[in-house]
Amino acid sequence: MATPSPDRRRPARAVVAALTGLALTAALSSCGVTRGEDNKDIAMWIPNSAGGGYDQTGRAAVSVMEQEDVTGGNFEVTNILGAGGSVAMTRLMGAEGDEHTMMTVGLGVVGSLYSFGLEDRVHDATPLAQLIEDQEGILVPADSPYETVDDFLAAWKKDPHSIAVGGGSSPGGPDHLFPMQLAETVGIDPKDVLYVPYDGGGPLTSALIGEKIQVGFSGLGEFEGQIESGELRALAVSGEERLESEPFQDIPTLTESGVDLVFVNWRGVLAPPGISDERRDELIAYLQEMHDSPEWQQALEKYGWTDAFKTGDDFSTFLQEQDDRVASTLEELGLI
Amino acid sequence: MGDLDLLLGGLQSAATPENLLYAAIGVLLGTFVGVLPGIGPAMAVALLLPVTYSLEPTSAFIMFAGIYYGGMYGGSTTSILLNTPGESASVMTALEGNKMAKAGRAAQALATAAIGSFIAGTIGTLLVAFFAPMLAEFAVTIGAPSYFAILLFALVMTTTMLGSSKVRGFLSLFLGLTIGLVGLDLNTGQARLDLGVAQLRDPLEIVAVAVGIFALGEAFWVAAHLRRKPLQVIPVGRPWMGREDWSRSWRPWLRGTAYGFPFGAIPAGGAEIPTFLSYVTERRLSRHRDEFGKGAIEGVAGPEAANNASAAGMFVPLLAMGIPVTATASVMLAALTSYGIQPGPQLMTEQSDLVWTLLASLLIGNTLLLVLNLPLAPLWAKLLRIPRPQLYAGILFFACLGAFAANQDAFDVFLLLAFGLLGLAMRRFGLPVLPLILGVILGPIMELKLREALTISDGDLSGLWSEPLAVAVYVLTALVVVVPIVVKRVRPDLDTPAAEVARAAQDDERVGR
Repeated sequence: MATPSPDRRRPARAVVAALTGLALTAALSSCGVTRGEDNKDIAMWIPNSAGGGYDQTGRAAVSVMEQEDVTGGNFEVTNILGAGGSVAMTRLMGAEGDEHTMMTVGLGVVGSLYSFGLEDRVHDATPLAQLIEDQEGILVPADSPYETVDDFLAAWKKDPHSIAVGGGSSPGGPDHLFPMQLAETVGIDPKDVLYVPYDGGGPLTSALIGEKIQVGFSGLGEFEGQIESGELRALAVSGEERLESEPFQDIPTLTESGVDLVFVNWRGVLAPPGISDERRDELIAYLQEMHDSPEWQQALEKYGWTDAFKTGDDFSTFLQEQDDRVASTLEELGLI
Repeated sequence: MGDLDLLLGGLQSAATPENLLYAAIGVLLGTFVGVLPGIGPAMAVALLLPVTYSLEPTSAFIMFAGIYYGGMYGGSTTSILLNTPGESASVMTALEGNKMAKAGRAAQALATAAIGSFIAGTIGTLLVAFFAPMLAEFAVTIGAPSYFAILLFALVMTTTMLGSSKVRGFLSLFLGLTIGLVGLDLNTGQARLDLGVAQLRDPLEIVAVAVGIFALGEAFWVAAHLRRKPLQVIPVGRPWMGREDWSRSWRPWLRGTAYGFPFGAIPAGGAEIPTFLSYVTERRLSRHRDEFGKGAIEGVAGPEAANNASAAGMFVPLLAMGIPVTATASVMLAALTSYGIQPGPQLMTEQSDLVWTLLASLLIGNTLLLVLNLPLAPLWAKLLRIPRPQLYAGILFFACLGAFAANQDAFDVFLLLAFGLLGLAMRRFGLPVLPLILGVILGPIMELKLREALTISDGDLSGLWSEPLAVAVYVLTALVVVVPIVVKRVRPDLDTPAAEVARAAQDDERVGR
């Protein structure tokens, strides 16, 4: 077979050219914002995959700021995956002095930095604002023998090795920290807890409905349908007060049941370390304006988040506390 | 028959010319984004979803279905043509698909992939339409013990694909299993084989390993021999599937569907294991076993059907119980919610008109995928007539771009190059690459499921056979191991020339050419 003549090769070239063009467009468009002197564009990094909690919070905040034209520039949202958010965090610490970048952060990232053995700590970046809180819930299948959280805790205390529990996050994540802190509070050695990590809320639901595990720990938002239909029951929520929205308003808090534990998952926004104080205040002002808008209130309602806005130094102190608490739980478990 | 009427009603309201146009746009967008390296179906759906928001629900569904199936299909195109699988579900397709392409049969490989996807997608969607609630109830009873048993069965099956030198085959398999160990141990927090690098504390992506070993390894190998070997021109094959292609494809399509659909429906089932099992099965059952490793059409038809059937099976837990079992499903759940569908147990009864429209849309999207992509197959195939230096340069560029695009981290590109060099070394020293990839796919899932089963039973080994399905699969595995040995004892003359030919073929494959 002879080499094809040049004219017969053209379609192939055209295809390649088209593909390369497409690929380049995709690459360039994801390469980041051009950063000039008076540039108003901001990059928002999401430390986890599309569709997850960080993604929902980050994108909701960005979409409100864009609708309200808070900054006068554009936003670009990038998901940076890896090591439960530590990869994104490491990169944020490396972007020292970058005044056009923000990152969504939360309890899971704090824990991941420990469990993945990194030296960076969230409070070493520039804390901007905490945005929301998300309560955790204790879930059981419909025909579980546990009618109240007391039933469960009594059985758990009696023999922690007979009850397998699960959650939607890997060690260090909120769904893991919550049962461990609960165990500690009621006097069970966290090391005795049989915890199965599932890849998110979906597989956890299957495991609960299929009665592979006895009890699940997770944020309740993903389980609305199952709770409404009665396939799953929630024994308790972990916050200070009951949730207000349907169908969660009848679920008691842990403290109501006499367990001295308040545990909330939270999410907020960081900027890289080493940015100027003026820029920090400016970014906080953007988030403040976003928070005060009716659109943000709608977003809170839509996702079932609790408003928990604190900025600057308050947020910084909060991060430090969270970090200490996570570290002590993980140390107890021998995970760090 | 009530359900059938409802489905027809759904089709009627969905199939307007305007909606068909949206479906066509969706399929094209989905395919293009799916072809781009480093963008899997989940990302494709997430990226393109906002496009559908401004439409009314029915049109949005249809476009969305097109994007979904288009994204799934796009990944197999690069697998076949360039040996660079775009997602883990199309890794198995690359094995035979790319060999077919090299033999001038790219058009047939693409066609059997498209038709197989169509058939699997259609059967799958119909199964979802009529049996979803029932299937969903059964699917949740399958837990880690059964899953582990199935994986063990798969691992036993891999030993039939080690090539003629068992030592080299096992070496490669264990290399793969070792690569699968990289990352953080989820139970103890211990970092394994991380070399002190933060990026290695996550498990390695199967796609990165496969693209490195397949595509880069081969590109390096070709580059190393470019001047020493006569110029090979890839023959120009016929543009369409012939009678033999059809008769060799239809059984794998159906078997692939049978593998893929249940895996899509069970929690964390995914598409890797069914595509893998389909490949192994076709290789065992094929009358052209000698062609495996050189481009057997069965090896493309089966896995591609399994891949799409699993994509359809995913709707079973999603619609019937509101449970997203994969990343793509989570993105989709968010999408459905934004269209006003609240998936869950009541969905099929309370919002039945919306559901039937969605199912009808899936059928339409699937059909348009076939209509648009079948004529494109010969066109895509011409891509391979680019002279080798430029072609391989293009492959290298694409592979690196894909590695970089996912996370925009230069480390991923270096990792890809490292696997490329490993691929080159394996070709140089005659190690088969197939067992390695199988090890990378199977190892981590097996570990995960074993650990899950043992955590639940508090370390009691009997937890591993606590489910009836698990017991059944163990019995099957035992039979697969024992029967051939017994048969050989009783009828030693059965070791036919065909087996010899198969072994010779595997030798060819071993050196990677």
